[in-house]
Amino acid sequence: MSEAVPPLGGARFNGLAMIEDAGLMGMITLRGDLASAAMKAAVKTALGLGIPDQRQALSGEGGSALWMSPDELLLICARDGVAQVIASLEDALAGRHFLALNVSDARAVIRVTGAGARETLAKLCPVDLAPGTFTPGMVRRTRLGQIPAAFWLDGRGAFHLICFRSVADYAFGALCDAAAPGGAVGVHG
Amino acid sequence: MSTRLATGGRRLDRSRRVAFTFNGKRMQGHPGDTLASALLANDQMLVGRSFKYHRPRGIVASGAEEPNALVGLGEGARFEPNQRATTTELFDGLSCISQNHWPSLETDIGAVNGWFARFLPAGFYYKMFIHPRPFWKHVYEPFIRRSAGLGKVPNPGDPDRYEHFHFFCDVAVIGGGVAGLQAALAAAEAGARVLLMEQTAHWGGRAPVDGGAVEGQPVVDWIDATLARLQDMPHVTLRNRCMGAGVYDHGYLLGYERVSDHAPGSDAPRHRLWRIRAGQIVTATGAIERPLSFAGNDVPGVMLASAVRDYAVDYGVSAGDRTVVVTNNDDAYRTAITLKTLGLEIPAILDARQQGGGALAEEARGMGIRVENGKGIAKVKGGRRVTGVAICAQAGEGAVLEEIGCDAVAMSGGWSPVVHLWSHCGGKLIWDEALALFRPDPAQPPRGADGAGFVLAAGSANGALSLGAVLADAHAAGQAAAEATGHAPGATPAPQGTEDTEAPIAPVWLMPQGARTALRMKSWLDYQNDVKVSDVQLAAREGYESVEHAKRYTTLGMATDQGKLSNINGLAILSDALGQPIPQTGTTTFRPPYTPISFAAIAGAARGPLFQPVRKTPIHGWHEANGADFEPVGQWHRPYCFPRGEEGRHEAVNREIRQTRESVGLLDASTLGKIIVKGPDAGRFLDMLYTNMMSTLKPGRCRYGLMCNENGFLMDDGVVVRLDEETFLCHTTTGGAEAIHGHMEDWLQCEWWDWKVHTANVTEQYAQLAVAGPNARKLLQKLSNDDLSAEALPFMGWTEARISGIPARVHRISFTGELSFELAVPAGRGLALWEALMVAGEEFGVMPYGTEAMHVMRAEKGFIMIGDETDGTVIPQDLGLDWAISKKKHDYIGKRAQQRAHMADPNRWKLVGLETLDGSVLPDGAYATAPGHNANGQRNTQGRVTSSYHSPTLGRGIAMGLVHRGPDRMGEVLEFPTLDGGILKARIVDPVIYDKDGEKQNV
Repeated sequence: MSEAVPPLGGARFNGLAMIEDAGLMGMITLRGDLASAAMKAAVKTALGLGIPDQRQALSGEGGSALWMSPDELLLICARDGVAQVIASLEDALAGRHFLALNVSDARAVIRVTGAGARETLAKLCPVDLAPGTFTPGMVRRTRLGQIPAAFWLDGRGAFHLICFRSVADYAFGALCDAAAPGGAVGVHG
Repeated sequence: MSTRLATGGRRLDRSRRVAFTFNGKRMQGHPGDTLASALLANDQMLVGRSFKYHRPRGIVASGAEEPNALVGLGEGARFEPNQRATTTELFDGLSCISQNHWPSLETDIGAVNGWFARFLPAGFYYKMFIHPRPFWKHVYEPFIRRSAGLGKVPNPGDPDRYEHFHFFCDVAVIGGGVAGLQAALAAAEAGARVLLMEQTAHWGGRAPVDGGAVEGQPVVDWIDATLARLQDMPHVTLRNRCMGAGVYDHGYLLGYERVSDHAPGSDAPRHRLWRIRAGQIVTATGAIERPLSFAGNDVPGVMLASAVRDYAVDYGVSAGDRTVVVTNNDDAYRTAITLKTLGLEIPAILDARQQGGGALAEEARGMGIRVENGKGIAKVKGGRRVTGVAICAQAGEGAVLEEIGCDAVAMSGGWSPVVHLWSHCGGKLIWDEALALFRPDPAQPPRGADGAGFVLAAGSANGALSLGAVLADAHAAGQAAAEATGHAPGATPAPQGTEDTEAPIAPVWLMPQGARTALRMKSWLDYQNDVKVSDVQLAAREGYESVEHAKRYTTLGMATDQGKLSNINGLAILSDALGQPIPQTGTTTFRPPYTPISFAAIAGAARGPLFQPVRKTPIHGWHEANGADFEPVGQWHRPYCFPRGEEGRHEAVNREIRQTRESVGLLDASTLGKIIVKGPDAGRFLDMLYTNMMSTLKPGRCRYGLMCNENGFLMDDGVVVRLDEETFLCHTTTGGAEAIHGHMEDWLQCEWWDWKVHTANVTEQYAQLAVAGPNARKLLQKLSNDDLSAEALPFMGWTEARISGIPARVHRISFTGELSFELAVPAGRGLALWEALMVAGEEFGVMPYGTEAMHVMRAEKGFIMIGDETDGTVIPQDLGLDWAISKKKHDYIGKRAQQRAHMADPNRWKLVGLETLDGSVLPDGAYATAPGHNANGQRNTQGRVTSSYHSPTLGRGIAMGLVHRGPDRMGEVLEFPTLDGGILKARIVDPVIYDKDGEKQNV
C-alpha cells in the first residue's frame, strides 16, 4: 500500500528566515455552535483542548485547535489519529448539527522560523506582525501574496503557515523570495 | 557659468570623488551630490528639451518638484526614463542621457517647433487634427505618436528585485523636516506607535539651509538631537528615502522606498512599496517655491531662489558668478545674502513689491547689495543660458529701464504648501489671502468610516512658514494625532523656534503686471509641457471656465511633474482672465502618487514564476514528466493533451479520443470543485440552489444539477452525490468551486441564517480520476476486489471501494458518453492510484487524455459546458435543459426571473447542433447571418457557434450553437461568414450526435 505524498516533499530554504516544509499532519474541519457546552466537551474529549477565542490557537499534547470563523475550527493532530478524533467528535456530538471532516490532504504546511520570520510574512500578508501585536497563540486567516493562507505563532517563536495544496509551490516560492538575503527591512526585531 | 565653489557643501564628502557620465561625457562629483548638483558643478546648465517646442531646459529646482532635469538613467536592462536629476543620488559609475532631442541636446531639429510657436497655441491638436476625418487615423496619429513621449522604454527585462511590505502604526508622519520630526516626537512621547517617512536621504528638510534657532541652539543641532531621541524610541520607525506616495480610504497609505537606487548592484531590493495602515496620518510635507511668470523665465540659468540657495549651501555649487534675485517676498533675500556671503556677486535684487521687504532686505542692503523696489524682469536675455536681464517697473507693461548682465536668475513667487497628500482622499483647501497660498482647511479633512478626520497637516504644509510657527503647529498636530489614536499627549510644550519679522508677500502672477502679448507668449507656466501665460488666457477666452477643462485643453500640469510648479500660477492667471477670485477657480484634483513610482514596485514580487499562482493537481508532476501540453483553466494548469514524439496537438487529441472510445483512457479531474453540504436542512437548501430536485436523491445515488443566479442565468453545473441522509457532495466546474462555495455561504449567512446547514470546500482534499471507455470496468477490477459490476454499482450510483489498496469513492458518472468511473481518493494518494492504473491498463493500451479530448467527447454527446454554451446571459431553457428544471418545486434561485416575459419568449436563441455541409470545422464564435442590416449598418444575425471541434469519431466537424428558434428549424441551412471573407454553410441538427440513447455509458 502506497504512502501519502506531501505536496512540498521536504523542501527547505534558509535566508532571512528558515522556510521549511512541515510535512504531513492530521487536519479536521469542525463546524458547529462553538459556544455550546456540547462542543466544548467534544473538543475537550477529542483533543484535550478548550475552544479557542477569535483569532486564537490553542495547543496541547494532543494537537492544536485553531479558530477559523465564528462557527469553524481547524483541529490539528497526528495524521494517524484523525479517524479516532473524528469518531470521538461524532460520538460526543451525536444528534446535534455539526460537520467534522478529514481534510488532512487538502493543505500544505510551511514552517517559518528565525529572526526574519516576521518581516518575511509581513512582505506578503496584510497583518500587523510587530512583536508586541502578533503574539504566540495567535492565528490569522489572511492572504499570502495572491493566495488565501493562514498562519499561527507557537510558543517557541515558529510560524506555521497553511495554504491549499494546489498552491504550495507558489507559497513556498513567495516566502523564499521574501526571505531572500539583502531584503531585511529592519523593522521587526 | 555654474561651478563648484572652493568651500561649502554640507552634504558632500569632498575627500572622495565619484565618476559619472552625461550623454557620454565624463564628469566628476562627490559622494553626497545629487545628479543635479553634480551636473551644475560641471557647468552642465542645459539638461534637456521641452516636450512641445523642444526649448532648451536647465535645472530649475532642487527637489521633487523639478520639471526639467529628467534623464534616462542607467544602461541596458537597468535603463529608466524620466528620472529626476534633483532626486537622484550620485553614485560611482552612474550614466545618464538627456531626453527629447534629435540629433543632439545642443543641436535639436525639433526646436523648429519653437519658431512656429505662434501657430501652436493651446488646443492646437484639438483644432487642427479634427479635419479631414480620415487623416486622423492615417496621417496625424502616426505622426503625433512618433513625436510623443519624453523617455524611451527599457528593452530587456528588469534584473532587479522589488517587494511590498505591510506595516501598521498609530501615527504615520510624512516628511522628515523639522515639522515631521517634531510631530513624530510629540506623538511618540504620548506613546503612539509612529512611522516617520522622509523622501530624501537627509533629515531636517530645508531648515539647515534656511537657518534659525530652536531653544537658542542652531536648528541643525536641534535636528540631530531630535533624530537621536526618535532613534532611541522602540515604538518609532524612521525611514528615509521613503516617500509618502498616496493617501487612501481608511488610513491606507502607500510609501515608496528607494532602497538601493543609490547603490546599484547590492543584493537589496531596488524599491519597496510600503502598504501602511495608519490610525492617523500627519502630512509634514513642506512647501514648494513658486516661479514668477516673466518673459524668458525658462532660459537655463533661471532657477528658484530656494534651489540656488540649496545648491550653494548643501552642495557648494553656484549657479552663476552673478545672480540677479527677483522676488515678491522676503524669503528670496536669504538667497542673496547666502550667495553674497560666499563671495558671489548679486548685481541686483528686484523686489516687485512697491514697499519692498523687511529686516532681511535691510540686511541685504547693509551688505551693499543693490535692492530695487517695485521692479521686475521685463525679459531674460540669452538662449541656451542666461546672459542678462532687462528690468522694468512691475506696475507697467514692460518698458525696459535697464539691462543688467548676469548668468543666473534666482526667482521667488512665494511658497505653496504641499497639500497633495492632504487632498488625495478628499481633504479640502482654503485660500489664505494674506499669505497668497492654498492651505489645508482643518474643518474639512479627509474623513474615515467614523466621520472623523484621519489626516492632519503640520508645519509649512499647513501654511506655517516661520520656524517658530512650524514647530508649534507640528507639535500640536503630533499630539492631536496621538490623542486620536488613544494616547494621551504629554505636558511637554512645543520647542521655541525663531519667529520671523518678514514683510508681507505681494501676490505677483504676471511680471510686469501689464505685460504685452509678446512677453506673455514667452512667460512660461509649465516648463515641461510648454504652457505659457498666453495659452491659459486663450483658453479662458475660448470659454474654458473650469480649471479642470482649462488644464486638459492647455495640458497645464499634465506632464510628469504634475504641475508642482505651475498649477497655482496657472489657476491664478485663469482667475484673472475670468475676472474672478482665486478660490472661486479652485485647484485641479490632486491624485496619487505624489511623484511617479516605478511599475515594478507596484508589481512587487508578482513577476516571473510568482506573477500569478499556478494551481497544480496532485498528479501535475506526472503530467509534466510525460510531456503534457498545458492550458490554463482558472488558475489551474490542466493538460490540454499529451503529444507523443513528433505528434501535433490535433493528432494527439484524436488519438486520445479514439483510445477512450475504443478501449480506456484516464483523465485527471482533480480540479473539479467539491463542496460538502451537511445538516438537517441540506436537502431543502440544495432544492433552492439547484433548478432540479435534490432532496429526493437517495443515499448512494448521483444526480446532475444546474445552478442559476437570481436573474435566472445558468452559472454552474455538476453532479450532486448524496453521501448519507444529511450529507451531500456537490461537484462544481473547475473554475467555479470558490465562487459557488461563496454563493452558498452568502445565502446561508445572509438570507437563510436559521437553516441548519454547514458547508465545506473539500476540492483540494481529493484527487479525482476519470476512468472512461469500454474497458474501464475491466481495468478497475484488475485493481480491486470490490464488486463494481453494473448490478452492484449502476449508472449514476456511487460506492466505496479499495482500488490498488487505496480507499476510494467510486462514482458511475460519465462526461464522455462511455462507461465511466470517477474515483475520488485523498490527494496525497492520487499519484499512486494514477500510476497503478497506468501500469494495470497497459494491456488495454491505456493513456491519459486531456481537456480537449474531454471537450470533443462531451460535445459529441451534446453535453453543455459552462463558459462555452453559457456566457452569463443564457438560461437553462435556452439549452434545452427543461428536463432538469423541477416543475414541482415551489421555488428555486432564478425561478422567478425565468418567468419574465423576455425569458419565456419563444424567439430566444436556443441550443442546436450544427453540421457543416462540407464537413469542415466552423470557427468558434462565428455568427449566422440573417437578411438585412441593423441600425449600425451591421449584418443582422440569427445565431452563433458556442462550441466547435473536429470529431475523430465521425470524421468531420461538429458544433453546437445558439440559434433563433433553433429547435423548431431542424434541417434548415444557415450561413456563417468567415474572417477570410468566405461563407460556411451548416445545417441545424440535433446536438446529440453520439449514442443518443446512452447505451454505451449504461453498461
